Amino acid sequence: MPEPATSSADRGAGEPNGGPVLVRAVGLAIGYGGRAVLTDVSFELRAGQRVGVLGPNGGGKTTLFRAVLGEIEPLAGRVESPQRCGVVPQTERSRLDFPVSALDVALMGAVSGSPWWRRPGRAERGRARDALAAVGLADRADTTFGDLSGGQRQRVLVARALVQDAHVILLDEPFSGLDATSTERLEGLLARLAAEGRALLVASHDVEQVQGWDRVLCLNGRQIAYGPPPEVLTRDVLEATYGGAIVELPCGGGRGVLPAHHHHHDHG
Amino acid sequence: MSSVWHALADPWSQQIMRRAFAEVVLLGVAGGALGCWIVVHNLSYSAESLAHALLPGLVLAALLGLPLLLGGAAGIVVAALAVALAGRAPEVGRDTAVAVVITGLFGLGVLLALSPATPPGLQGLLFGDVLGVADGDLLLSAALAAIVLAALWVLHGRLLIVGFDRLSAGGLGVGATFVDAALLGLLALALLVAVQGLGNLLVVAVLIAPAASARRLCRRMAPMIALSIAIAVASGLGGLYLSYYAKTAAGASIAAVLVVAYLAIGLERGVRESWLRRAAATG
Repeated sequence: MPEPATSSADRGAGEPNGGPVLVRAVGLAIGYGGRAVLTDVSFELRAGQRVGVLGPNGGGKTTLFRAVLGEIEPLAGRVESPQRCGVVPQTERSRLDFPVSALDVALMGAVSGSPWWRRPGRAERGRARDALAAVGLADRADTTFGDLSGGQRQRVLVARALVQDAHVILLDEPFSGLDATSTERLEGLLARLAAEGRALLVASHDVEQVQGWDRVLCLNGRQIAYGPPPEVLTRDVLEATYGGAIVELPCGGGRGVLPAHHHHHDHG
Repeated sequence: MSSVWHALADPWSQQIMRRAFAEVVLLGVAGGALGCWIVVHNLSYSAESLAHALLPGLVLAALLGLPLLLGGAAGIVVAALAVALAGRAPEVGRDTAVAVVITGLFGLGVLLALSPATPPGLQGLLFGDVLGVADGDLLLSAALAAIVLAALWVLHGRLLIVGFDRLSAGGLGVGATFVDAALLGLLALALLVAVQGLGNLLVVAVLIAPAASARRLCRRMAPMIALSIAIAVASGLGGLYLSYYAKTAAGASIAAVLVVAYLAIGLERGVRESWLRRAAATG
């Protein structure tokens, strides 16, 4: 472990938060066609951290992911991220009628690591099966992707990132549409990945859920706040993040906060 | 029994028919395999558009006495540029722009073909002349089949990634634009070679129909490609027999067998699914 960092952002929630910095954004502004969608983004993502990204739809979450992946150039500032950066997209986007098995999808993670003329062989197939076993889907390797449940599809896509040996994994609202059991399984899986020393950047709508993670990044066209959940998740920050209207949920003990309006806007 | 055998063997006694059989087998292998990726990448409409849009190039080559291959290649380049430019027109939807360009080019081709100067053979350009293939054409088709199979073998993983979810392709180290360009390049190549045997109107049938049929029956890419090739080759051979004995046009007979195969598979699937649904409802 490196020496304990001293900035306030590093007083953590008890997790191994002292790992090396894997993603660093400094004064980042990003957008399309010269028009900024997201500005003033500065944060560090360390090995072993789960960072929740909160914000309304269209608030810049997807755009931030694309910048971390290096798919769009910053308008200002910079973002440093490693070569191996895995993505777990929303599964609605992946075509459910596509003729692939869970194993085929996991194997997709092996393409970038092979020379262009080589087809995945026995070794890659073995790694893909191991990755499916690691996400608890060893017995569904030969099932058609579209026949899996929503939670299983998310875990197959996590397995694909594992085959890629991604040190940083970006997850785009992985919990949306999952039932309680699937949510719990995926939560456990993410905790395990973080414990292995991977860094996870997770877009979410669930304020209560991210309270259990290491850092929270609040976005709404600009960075509203970044830091440990207890410091960040204040009424002021959430109102700025979701544009004013917040309702407190009267749930026992927990401090449930939800954005009052939850419209669907186009992603940038 | 011996009469059936005789009926099957009889066409093979003629050189013309032997060449035609070889041509449909080669085009069936290339078209059947490539067609699967065209279908799962939702490029069927683009394939048809490109095929029709290269007609003016073919007709001009025929008028000027140039090789058809050259005319077709020039036609495809012009069509691709026109489509790319039309797609940028801000007020018109992309589909509409492509439709206008393709229809315009196809009409231009027909107009040229109907001019008095055109040598007889417009029918050959539209419907192909699979019975007129020479050894050189066969060599070209063999090269096409080899190139298509080799390219699809190498690109398999990347085609799968881009077709599955193109927005994630970059994160997996795959350039979606490169894969698109490679697939469209193979499509253009296949159209160019196959259009001489099967004609401008029917070439799309051998690319799309076998793959669409196989798609209904297969849930994995590899068996789908194998079945698609089998359907394409079998329909090609069946169409030639039909044309031999029913004295129908060869290209049209092949297209007819392909479509009948597709409808038969679709019907069988539909009946089975509704039967399963009824069984599930009552059981």
